[in-house]
Amino acid sequence: MPGTVQSIERAAAILRTLAGGPGRLGLSEIARTLDLAKGTTHGILRTLQLVGFVEQDRVSGHYQLGGALLHLGTSYLDINELRSRSINWADPLAARSGEAVRIGTVLEGRVLVVHHVFRPDDTFQTLDVGTLLPLHATALGKVLLAYRAGGPVPDLETFTRLTLTDPRALTTALEGVRDAGWAGEVEEFLLGQASVAAPIRGYGGLVVGAIGISGPVDRVCDSRYRPRAPLVDYVRDAARAISRDLGATR
Amino acid sequence: MTDRYVVAIDQGTTSTRCIVFDRRGQLVSLAQQEHKQYFPRPGWVEHDAMEIWRNVERLAPRVLSRAGIGLDQVAAVGIANQRETTVIWDRRTGVPVGRAIIWQDTRTDALVHSLLAQPGASDISEISGLPLATYFSGPRLRWILDHTPGLRERGERGEVLCGTMETWLIWNLTGRTQHVTDVTNASRTMLLDVRSLDWSPRALDFFGIPRAMLPAVRPSIGGFGTASEGFPGVRIGAALGDQQAALFGQTCFTPGEAKCTYGTGSFLLLNTGPDLVRSDNGLLSTVAYQIAGAPAVYALEGSIAITGSLVQWFRDQLELISSAPEIETLARTVADNGGCYIVPAFSGLYAPYWRSEARGVIVGLTSYITKGHLARAVLEATAWQTREVVDAMNANSGLTLTTLKVDGGMTADNLLMQMIADVLDVPLVRPLAVETVSLGAAYAAGLAVGYWPDLDGLRSNWHIAGQWMPAMDPGVRDLEYANWRRAVERTFDWIQPA
Repeated sequence: MPGTVQSIERAAAILRTLAGGPGRLGLSEIARTLDLAKGTTHGILRTLQLVGFVEQDRVSGHYQLGGALLHLGTSYLDINELRSRSINWADPLAARSGEAVRIGTVLEGRVLVVHHVFRPDDTFQTLDVGTLLPLHATALGKVLLAYRAGGPVPDLETFTRLTLTDPRALTTALEGVRDAGWAGEVEEFLLGQASVAAPIRGYGGLVVGAIGISGPVDRVCDSRYRPRAPLVDYVRDAARAISRDLGATR
Repeated sequence: MTDRYVVAIDQGTTSTRCIVFDRRGQLVSLAQQEHKQYFPRPGWVEHDAMEIWRNVERLAPRVLSRAGIGLDQVAAVGIANQRETTVIWDRRTGVPVGRAIIWQDTRTDALVHSLLAQPGASDISEISGLPLATYFSGPRLRWILDHTPGLRERGERGEVLCGTMETWLIWNLTGRTQHVTDVTNASRTMLLDVRSLDWSPRALDFFGIPRAMLPAVRPSIGGFGTASEGFPGVRIGAALGDQQAALFGQTCFTPGEAKCTYGTGSFLLLNTGPDLVRSDNGLLSTVAYQIAGAPAVYALEGSIAITGSLVQWFRDQLELISSAPEIETLARTVADNGGCYIVPAFSGLYAPYWRSEARGVIVGLTSYITKGHLARAVLEATAWQTREVVDAMNANSGLTLTTLKVDGGMTADNLLMQMIADVLDVPLVRPLAVETVSLGAAYAAGLAVGYWPDLDGLRSNWHIAGQWMPAMDPGVRDLEYANWRRAVERTFDWIQPA
């Protein structure tokens, strides 16, 4: 069994001390309580402050638990709950766009499809809930990558000659996604197919999933090979409606 | 030309909703208001009918403004309502005599017991198509008359009126001029002759209900007058019980087509066409809908009391999950039920058993069982209860179900939908329609005023949004079904007669 990480143990002890105390605590108090050097304690507190787990009072300089810590438990969203809360908005998106709708989250470096609404043309289609899709080659995946803080870069597998396989090109594309608030993908995964997706935000604005449509290039894109603006609007409206229901503050 | 729309009023058990639909059957806007649930004693559940009417008055302008349309753009309004909920009110003042007694209320238990012993009880089931049970509104009406001094006499003089929720709403919408019910709601009272579609003198006599207080029975789709309140100037095109509305919204217009709505309870309705099919195994013979000037279309109904509410119980009483959808996550932590079965006969069993003395059981417990197995057993209970109802339907109607249309909140549970497809051995299809109950009321009302030309026009709005194919080994299915039935038997005769 590998050894423990001392600084994490110490950080946990600091958090417990702050949680157990009557109010804000000063640096010396915390250091004394845990029998740590002041410098070490200060270093850990600054890191905890950076990730939002600890807050420092501007006037007194004393420390207390941070808001992000309180949201830690509630920001987790069960995938079945995500489907249940999205279903009323995914159906109208399929009806308006005329295309298949999917909702995805990240699972082990891929997009896990948690909900799928058929393209409303009554042709034979198979429910693909539970299927895994590539993160870098789908609109759903690009949204999830763009808003995921510091996750590992996935294996950039080639699917078509348009697939983004250069990490720098992907980074640039993801910056574009964050600027625009939505992602598009044209023939990067399957030839003749295009997709559009937007982020679903949960409590505190954290991105918990993505919703998108996919279909043939000639229906999804305009003559300039870009996703049609009305379709993008439908997708973003649906994503916003679900986010509102999930309690995302805007 | 400005676009025109249809409005549905869905008067449900916990809330009232108004929804605007467009010509493609797409939801344009929605406004919703919950109402208070009164639980004065164990087993008693009441609503304030006046509160519900005020909610409709408040929701009407709200839903139109959200859609950005005016009253002149509303072609018709249709009503779908919680069934069997009963209210009596003063004809002159319009004030209800006491609260509405709702369909879940079991206060008529003792009354139903004594009525069952009376001569002619079986004839009443024959006339009404329903077993004598606390679920229906006739016994409820009798109970109110028995427990309110002087009320029966006032009823005989026509000073007080009674009705189910659509009757109450139409009476108020029309400025207290129309005292009417539709055939689907009337068919849930036990007072209607389900063949002639009028009040049965024998049933009225049996229950001791004065005819003067009953509404006139009308086809579901036709005319209920023009509203002067709420939606002034708009025609009330249709009224249907909520489950019949869902059948209509799922466009099950052909004999053999069936839908099941998965909510608190679940209700499977099978269109049997113009022929009334009698059930000898616990299904209800009920009216599906009637278009004015045409014969009524009938349905066989399998009512399951506890499905979604078992998940709620698992969440709120056992506290093993924190939200209903998490039941699927928990159930997926194990591969099977581990030999454990839960039969949720919390207030007896509905179809196909109708055993009010049965109570719930959890069987097959061993030290191997985890909460994951229990979660699976919870979901499987809904699947097997559906199977029992479908078996009874197939035996009764001579029609074999080839596909089941599903709707309701539980259709978001993929594992459950797959289980149902597996145990029924037929595909399950979910339509691209969020609100089938409201949609059915809208369709019916729009049809009545010519907003939609015919049933085929409505059918073209229906699209498949999802499909689950059966994938269970037949041997496993048979074994599990046998186990389930043994579990059900263990619920019988738990409550001993006092």
